[in-house]
Amino acid sequence: MIDPIILLFLSSGLFLGWALGANDAANVFGTAVGTRMVSWRNAAIICSIFVILGAVISGAGTSQTLGKLGAITALPGAFMTALSAGFSVFVMTKSGLPVSTSQAIVGAIIGWNFFSNQATDTSTLAKILSTWIICPLLAAVIAIVILKVSKYFGRKMKLSLIRLDAYKRFALIFAGALGAYSLGANNIANVIGVFIPVQPLAELKIGSFSFSSTQQLFLLGGLAIALGVCTYSKKVMLTVGSDLGQLSSTSALVAVISHSIVLFLFASQGLEALLSRYGLPTIPLVPVSSSQAVVGAIFGISILQGITAVKWNVLGKIIAGWIVTPIFAGIVCFLGLFFLQNVFSLSVI
Amino acid sequence: MFENFSLFKRTSELESKIDQFFEKLAEASVIYRLAVRGYLREGASEEFKERLDTVGELETQADSLRRDIEQKLYKNILIPDSRGDVLGLIETADDVLTLFQSSLWAFYIEKPVIHDQFANGFKRLTNMVIKAVDELALSCQAFFRNPHAVPAHNAKVTLYEKEADKVSSDLKVQIFESKIKLVEKLHLRDFVNGIDGIADHAEDVADRLSIYAIKRLT
Repeated sequence: MIDPIILLFLSSGLFLGWALGANDAANVFGTAVGTRMVSWRNAAIICSIFVILGAVISGAGTSQTLGKLGAITALPGAFMTALSAGFSVFVMTKSGLPVSTSQAIVGAIIGWNFFSNQATDTSTLAKILSTWIICPLLAAVIAIVILKVSKYFGRKMKLSLIRLDAYKRFALIFAGALGAYSLGANNIANVIGVFIPVQPLAELKIGSFSFSSTQQLFLLGGLAIALGVCTYSKKVMLTVGSDLGQLSSTSALVAVISHSIVLFLFASQGLEALLSRYGLPTIPLVPVSSSQAVVGAIFGISILQGITAVKWNVLGKIIAGWIVTPIFAGIVCFLGLFFLQNVFSLSVI
Repeated sequence: MFENFSLFKRTSELESKIDQFFEKLAEASVIYRLAVRGYLREGASEEFKERLDTVGELETQADSLRRDIEQKLYKNILIPDSRGDVLGLIETADDVLTLFQSSLWAFYIEKPVIHDQFANGFKRLTNMVIKAVDELALSCQAFFRNPHAVPAHNAKVTLYEKEADKVSSDLKVQIFESKIKLVEKLHLRDFVNGIDGIADHAEDVADRLSIYAIKRLT
């Protein structure tokens, strides 16, 4: 049984997980549910299962990168870091900025580094910052390639409109499952990454199996995301939706697949090992923004369809988010840690 | 999730029904041509009535297929992007069958007197109309499997429709320059317009189809 005090400190991270599940599930299954090609119930079941699998099986890579940025050693410190990231996401969302949990958590960790007088690993920071730009660009390139290839084969195969629709349904489920797995693998670091160095949970033994603190955290984080999917994503998928709602079903499918591939690339330790074995440049294992991957993919599709007018205000807001979100989260975290240490006399370092 | 496993069975059924619908259209056009030619030879004979009944049966079967297709599309929430276009296409194509049937009923009820001198004109007009409808049926089927082929078929529909207009105008001139009674002239004019109207409608359906095909290709 988990100590209630530990659970209380973990609550900020679990809340982040819930919010992630509620919002980002729309990037994975929004199109399928919005167009009623897949029922919300089925989408929620598939999404929850694969999010948890992704978090537990492949969540380690991105979590290690966040650990390198700042290894928070006290549970109240980790609590405040996750809470300030969550608060920043809330405030930025209210302000209408396309906020990313990944960017908020990075800012909050740097805030903790400042407060604790720990040096921020600049090479890790540079690696993370570069992915914020690479992620949407890579999603755009992947979307262009997939759309070109699918159009080529679509012409060659001459599938009937009705059969194509059936294939699209299966592809939406497959892409949704892959997207949910990638979301769990990539974004679990945002949810519980800051708690890993603290190792707050005792090893759990069930029969001959033993589960480390990290494994339990991945499972808890995955469950929190799944809870967000099951309790609140329906509303987001059906009412708020996402940018995908304005696309044709083929374009939306391509955007979902591209988004899923990008998130997977930035989370796969296996791929990293494979690339490094052949001496190729590796893809950094960094939690990236699911929403910005989708925006990048849509941008790629728009270019291919000859829509040359770039929505500069959207691009400007994304770039503003890259700067404002981490700075805001860092300041909130710094102030919160000061408050926690001096008002509640809690050890945050 | 599990309803999707029966999806391919439903897909095959629906594909088959859509194919059958356009086959009924092509079949009705052949029977219509035979019926008009038969009328020109021997008037409203038994054989003509049989052909009229056959076109009626085809129209009823096509109506039933149309309703079935519409229900399947909406009940199973299939092709959400193109559902409205498909329904619009099938409904307007179904009107061609109705026009075939009403044209033959008019022959059977009103029994117009078509003098030998106009028979060739009626034959040519019917041929052009039938060619336009046949090409439309091919275009509709291409829309589902190969939308790139739709413009080529539609160009032929337009060509045959224009030719039908030309033939009908020539035929009307010939009718009104002839020595038959004015009442017969007016009666025949209505029949020429009735037959030519089928090609006009086929062209309208083809115009719609062009837009639907562009939407599918973008």
